[in-house]
Amino acid sequence: MNGKKILPPHIEYISVRKTYDRSNWVVRDLDLHVQRGEFLTLLGPSGSGKTTCLMMLAGFEAPSAGEIRINGAPVGGLPPDKRGIGVVFQNYALFPHMTVGGNLAFPLEVRGMAAPERQERVERALALVRMEGFGDRRPGQLSGGQQQRIAIARALVFEPELVLMDEPLGALDRRLREELQYEIRRIQRQLGVTVVYVTHDQQEAMAMSDRVAVFQAGRIEQVAAPEVLYEEPQRAFVASFIGENNLLPGRVLSINRGVCAVEVDGRQIEAAHVGDLPVGADTLVAIRPERVTISHEAGRFANEHEATVEDISFLGDHLRVRLSVCGTSSFIAKIPNIVGHGGILPGDLVRVGWATLDCRALEAESK
Amino acid sequence: MRLRGPRATAVALTLPLLAFIAASFVAPLGTLLSKSAYEPNVANILPRTLAALDGWSGDGPPAEAAFAAIAEELPKARQERTLVRVAGPVNRLKSGMRRVLTRTARQVETTEFAGSWREALIGINPAWEEPDTWLAIQAAGTRFTLRHYLQALDLERRPDGSIGLQPEESRIYMPLLWRTLLVSLGVTLLCLAIGYPIAHLIATSPPKRSNLLLLMVLVPFWTSLLVRTTAWIVLLQRQGVINSLLVALGLTPDSERLEMIYNMTGTFTAMTHVLLPFMVLPLYSVMRSIPPTHMAAAASLGANPVQGFIRVYLPQTLPGIGAGGLLVFILAIGYYITPALVGGRSGQLISNMIAYHVQTSLNWGLAAALSSILLVAVLGLYLIYSRLIGIDRMRLG
Repeated sequence: MNGKKILPPHIEYISVRKTYDRSNWVVRDLDLHVQRGEFLTLLGPSGSGKTTCLMMLAGFEAPSAGEIRINGAPVGGLPPDKRGIGVVFQNYALFPHMTVGGNLAFPLEVRGMAAPERQERVERALALVRMEGFGDRRPGQLSGGQQQRIAIARALVFEPELVLMDEPLGALDRRLREELQYEIRRIQRQLGVTVVYVTHDQQEAMAMSDRVAVFQAGRIEQVAAPEVLYEEPQRAFVASFIGENNLLPGRVLSINRGVCAVEVDGRQIEAAHVGDLPVGADTLVAIRPERVTISHEAGRFANEHEATVEDISFLGDHLRVRLSVCGTSSFIAKIPNIVGHGGILPGDLVRVGWATLDCRALEAESK
Repeated sequence: MRLRGPRATAVALTLPLLAFIAASFVAPLGTLLSKSAYEPNVANILPRTLAALDGWSGDGPPAEAAFAAIAEELPKARQERTLVRVAGPVNRLKSGMRRVLTRTARQVETTEFAGSWREALIGINPAWEEPDTWLAIQAAGTRFTLRHYLQALDLERRPDGSIGLQPEESRIYMPLLWRTLLVSLGVTLLCLAIGYPIAHLIATSPPKRSNLLLLMVLVPFWTSLLVRTTAWIVLLQRQGVINSLLVALGLTPDSERLEMIYNMTGTFTAMTHVLLPFMVLPLYSVMRSIPPTHMAAAASLGANPVQGFIRVYLPQTLPGIGAGGLLVFILAIGYYITPALVGGRSGQLISNMIAYHVQTSLNWGLAAALSSILLVAVLGLYLIYSRLIGIDRMRLG
């Protein structure tokens, strides 16, 4: 459009399938593009196929069908050591018999780089992860967080364009995890490398990624930027996996320009119409707990229902209220802790309300 | 410090074990080793003879006092049934002395004393005239002696008192020790070459298969050593399975069946098979502790499989190689049954010689000296090993 040559995506998965035993598909019909310089996270529960996807990209596993391309070229016949991809493992995989410096120099040595240049690169990589002066230590003498910094430096020291990270922060405690999330993001931006990151922690995925691919049972449910995933989930699994959602089963009554009426437990709810749900189809209506308002006045929202307060938990910045409404006794509302939150008590009869666009009618999971 | 309560109980509980070790290991080993340098029998049985020989120049027969003393002490030893303890050691220093001593002892009893024991004894046996006879008795009479060690090292004390190598044709123990060391080294290397891939396969297989493979290593390990060794006889002998198969296939003519047993080949084959589990198990234990992501990481960093193996995997298995190697080597160096059964003449090792001297020639002093040298050799290798690799890094499974 502006005269630039159109480059292929950095990474393409084309109809990739993977099975280990010819009967269970670990990955099914995966299509995914990753752009150059992008931070893409594969997010999903354990066993959803995200790590297998990463291992196929690194070359440790071969797809059973389909093709993976890097820079437009298929990499099927390329062994892992010829792919030039940096990989960071969950258990760090630092070589215990070498010093930190030896670990970092290893990828440069096997590439036949001369010692002075090697030394300079190692120093630069250590500076990048803020571990200057640790070159002579053994990995065993470092803390978990320090080891992971070294593992990241080692995956970057030979200047790959693409770095894969397989749950790199999984073994660290929360504070360290947050610190390293920030560090990884800073390094990725600084170097402009493409990162494909695997995690089962949705907060981690939301905090770090340009885009997140949500995996379930070997399929991608949705690929989108974190805020899009949160605000506009396309499927019930995404709605329940990303953040918290009240999911109410119902049936589509009518559709009118992106808004549909859904019958839930004999009542009618107005919800955003997602996808191509036809009239009469089963649906799950997703409502974010923090978008629910509890009040005593009527007429403020399109959806208003009488509810009974079952339980209230005080969580500091907000109150978590469990209500009986629309045929469920576990409807959650999060009420911000601001002056005048109503003084509600368990057993009270209240009105809950939410806007039409804050609830989405999604395709029911049964297929 | 006084021991009380649980500590005292703990110490008390280990006492039977300590007593057992002392009684069954330290004491017999100490006694045997002391025999290599301490031989008090002759000195105890012929004290007066030896005292009379004190100050004798060694040229010509000794003084009458020595003849008189031995004429009294030999019959006494015969009556007390201790003569054999004198005859053995002296006979080893001068062959034929066993007969001289026993006959003299018997005949002296019936000989009438006629003024000179010297003439009486020479009359019984002319050997009493030779200085060598008396030199042998004198040498056997020293309580502390290095002669077993000299013999074990193929050395001899020359008449002038200096120590030198024995003539080449009578050197047997040092060549045998060398052969034992070389065979042990060869068996160790062979075990490593065969055991390393097996251990790697077991360590990296899925649990079900690795358990099966481990069982295949362990079942022979649990089988009687004798059964395994004789199984090799069945396979390797001239009329055995392998030779018959080769002849049936026409690969070797019937007249030229291969000699694969009762020689060094047999010793090598059977010992490698018997000792293999001692190599596989420590290696397996070390390899299992190496995360599989290490090789994946090496590949992702650009190392091809050979580079990854040499730079990342092999160094991490060194403690296992050290432990397995040391275990196999030390067991091989003292191996006895297998070479005895399948070694024939050329496949005998130093332990078989020790067994010969303990059971057949009854030269316990020499057996003890050979054992001591073997022990020192093993300890020396152990020290070299711990200097090179560090004993704390060894993993014995």
